[in-house]
Amino acid sequence: MTDQELIWRIAGGSGDGIDSNSRNFAKALMRSGLDVFTHRHYPSRIRGGHTYVEVRATPDEAESRGDGYNFLLALGDSFARNPQEDAYYGNEELKPLSENLDELREGGIIVYDSGLVEEEQVEQLDLEARAEENDWHVYPVDLRSIAKEHGREIMRNNAGIGVTAALLDMDLSYYEEIMDENWGEEIRDANIAAIRDAYEQAQEFEHTHDLQMPDHEEPDTQQALVSGSDAIAYGALDAGCRFIAGYPMTPWTDVFTIMSQNLHKFGGISEQVEDEIAAAALALGASHAGVKAMSGSSGGGFALMSEPLGLAEMTETPVVLIEAMRAGPSTGMPTKPEQGDLEHVLYTSQGDSARVVLAPGNQEECYEQIRIAFELAYDYQIPAILVYDQKLQGELRNVDVDFFDREPNADPGSVITEEEIEEAAEHHAGKFKRFQYEAENGKDNVSPRSVPGQKGGRFLATGNEHNEAGHISEDPANRVLQMNRRLDKLDSIREELDAEGTQTYHGPDDAEYGVMAWGSHQDTVFEAVDRLNENGHSVKAIGVSDLMPYPVEEVSAFLESVEECLVVEMNATAQFRGLTQKEIGRFGPKLSSLLKYNGNPFEPAEIVEGFESSINGEDLASNDMKYVPAAGD
Amino acid sequence: MSAFSAIGEQREAEEDEFTPGIEPQPTWCPGCGDFAVNNALKKAMSNLGKNPDEVLLCTGIGCSGKLNSYFESYGFHTIHGRSLPVARAAKLANPGVEVVAAGGDGDGYGIGGNHFMHTARENHDMTYIVFNNEIFGLTKGQTSPTSPKGHKSKTQPHGSAKAPVRPLSLSLASGASYVARTAAVNPNQAAEIIAEAVEHDGFAHIDFLTQCPTWNKDARQYVPYTDVQDSDDYDFDVTDRREAGDMMHEVEEKLWEGEVLTGRFYKSDRPSYGEEKRATGEMPDEPLAERYYDDDAEWERCAEQLIDKHT
Repeated sequence: MTDQELIWRIAGGSGDGIDSNSRNFAKALMRSGLDVFTHRHYPSRIRGGHTYVEVRATPDEAESRGDGYNFLLALGDSFARNPQEDAYYGNEELKPLSENLDELREGGIIVYDSGLVEEEQVEQLDLEARAEENDWHVYPVDLRSIAKEHGREIMRNNAGIGVTAALLDMDLSYYEEIMDENWGEEIRDANIAAIRDAYEQAQEFEHTHDLQMPDHEEPDTQQALVSGSDAIAYGALDAGCRFIAGYPMTPWTDVFTIMSQNLHKFGGISEQVEDEIAAAALALGASHAGVKAMSGSSGGGFALMSEPLGLAEMTETPVVLIEAMRAGPSTGMPTKPEQGDLEHVLYTSQGDSARVVLAPGNQEECYEQIRIAFELAYDYQIPAILVYDQKLQGELRNVDVDFFDREPNADPGSVITEEEIEEAAEHHAGKFKRFQYEAENGKDNVSPRSVPGQKGGRFLATGNEHNEAGHISEDPANRVLQMNRRLDKLDSIREELDAEGTQTYHGPDDAEYGVMAWGSHQDTVFEAVDRLNENGHSVKAIGVSDLMPYPVEEVSAFLESVEECLVVEMNATAQFRGLTQKEIGRFGPKLSSLLKYNGNPFEPAEIVEGFESSINGEDLASNDMKYVPAAGD
Repeated sequence: MSAFSAIGEQREAEEDEFTPGIEPQPTWCPGCGDFAVNNALKKAMSNLGKNPDEVLLCTGIGCSGKLNSYFESYGFHTIHGRSLPVARAAKLANPGVEVVAAGGDGDGYGIGGNHFMHTARENHDMTYIVFNNEIFGLTKGQTSPTSPKGHKSKTQPHGSAKAPVRPLSLSLASGASYVARTAAVNPNQAAEIIAEAVEHDGFAHIDFLTQCPTWNKDARQYVPYTDVQDSDDYDFDVTDRREAGDMMHEVEEKLWEGEVLTGRFYKSDRPSYGEEKRATGEMPDEPLAERYYDDDAEWERCAEQLIDKHT
């Protein structure tokens, strides 16, 4: 936490325009030269329910949502279901103002729409006394009236931007420029009028706060505001993926939508189908026919893909699947992040798993790793899964535009040509052997495949165990050879991944303690590690992306080098720690766990607290997190 | 030049081209109706001059799923109930490939029923052959979705309380644009109907009555049969949805009463899914698969183009 940072929270109901408004706000700050990072919190509802987005903006690197917030723009929920305080869902109208108010930092600013939230309700919050105690600065503004005066009530959000700008002495030109790009003249003018009106009104207030917009200079390189979903979709397109099949499910829907909106521009096909079994099966069918294809879903939908996934393993049909985790079990909490599906993704489907599983830690890694997933899947004829979660899916972050200046790679991998088939056919007495124990043209246990329509290449792909020609076979010797060949591909893949350097390290090499993370909160952990070192601890971290095949050597070396290691993950049963112990088979006494599964992602301060409690042997301050000591402790 | 030279080649085909050179011993029982499907399919494909390398046969699980092993072509022996989604995606990926899906009545009307409904609705340009023996054979004789009401089996010891699925009516209601029924005992009609189905531009569904001599001994061998097109007793217009629907309803009832009526029951020229999808601009005119094997194909830098709106 630095003084030079703004964490601006806009809170309202679903339907109040929180998403688009905060996106524009984040973009404006990014254009002005600040690093930005957003955090979305929303319920599984179309209208109403407490929703907020936080935009963190700092001249330094914004690696996470940060801790708490220091500016609250509480719009109130205009779709509130029940104004009765004792209602089951509480007082929804007031929630954008009342919820998580304790997380507002000292010296923070509160702006609320006094046109929507009634004064009597605010009184119940005891806001005055709490403001005094915490040095909060409260500015009620009738945003509703301002919005109505210039157009429609939905414009309350933009009136709120005007107030924000006045209180923080923010240059509005970046924001107005974005509105100019997004909207037609009439809507733009109405909104800008509302913003300026609100701005002027708020300038008239007596400003008692110190918080200002952080210092910024125009960036050296052009920045782009991207979510994990954007990065995954764009990476897939650059990997030559031209076929996607899916069924809507939060939070996977984002990638599916982005792909569907763009695939046709590049000559590809998107199919929305009857269920996820079909979705995965379609991806296999397209891939079998020679196209680079993907599918994906979230927990429950991914469960339906189990059997097609196993079919891909058995028939060695390349395919890329993505799993956007949300809190489980079952329907769980559809719009909340969790990392509870790790074991599901690793082991679902009958028989021994032979698949690639990668977990990107941020937007850049999303782009890189979906491309790696396609390369491995098509080179090695194996399903590759990218697992991420609701946090990374929706959070926005600025990335150098130059990062996306990449050559595409549409290589379909280990597909044989008709000429090669002809040569091979002679050798094999007129029969193309699709599943050779040791292929002449293949490498590392990969037997090149043919594609329907290629002359002489016909073969049978079957989910039954099969011999070299593809015929169903239960011969014990063949069984062992085929099983070994399929599973041994993972060793070669591990070598390729090791060379690729997919694990990420942070902190001083010679640190005493270690922290391990996987997936979406990797960079939050890195931020916490910086603070721990500033606090006088000696800590380094590893963000592990390769979950299958597991990077045994790299992780062993890391664990070897530290006294103890805290494994941070968003689930209740320490699945990644379990995987690490299973794969490496030692270091059990070194590994303790910091777990969080309440639906909210880690803040860096929580990881700092968790680490310090663990080495001091103290209990955690709240039930938001759980500490599980090392085995044998 | 196409990377798929087997597709669309003008040629004379021999029936035995579709017989595997080293044919594995069929696992079907003597007298099984499945042999007839295989023979009819081979005959239809050779009559049409197809090349085994341009045909993709996708099957489900069960005795019928073994068809791939005894029919020479590209094959994908999938999982229970899922032949259709695999098959239709292959067709979208490379419309030049002749795609046929096949499976049993449990596979198509039971576990895969959802896919059956939606593939018919979307009217994919492919052929779907359902081996309907009114029983689960490979798992040793359990009641299936098409078993008659009252059918006794180990899993329905007091007789099934369920009315069977109406495969033809279901197909029509779902949107199939070609619906026929044939029977194993009628090899010539079967080969003709399969050939018609393959030539049809759209989803062609054939309910193929295949007797199970081992586990459905009580059931009829589907003789004698009547071809409704050859019979004076039946007069209806196969292109008229209402008349076709009434006829199917009657045909399904008759089968339960022991009378086997076969033939073509519905035919419509509504555009296939590929055609509809291309019209929306969301499917390329050239086969998608071709691009991957064409050295001159251009691959755009997608992220670079799309990132602009994020700046």
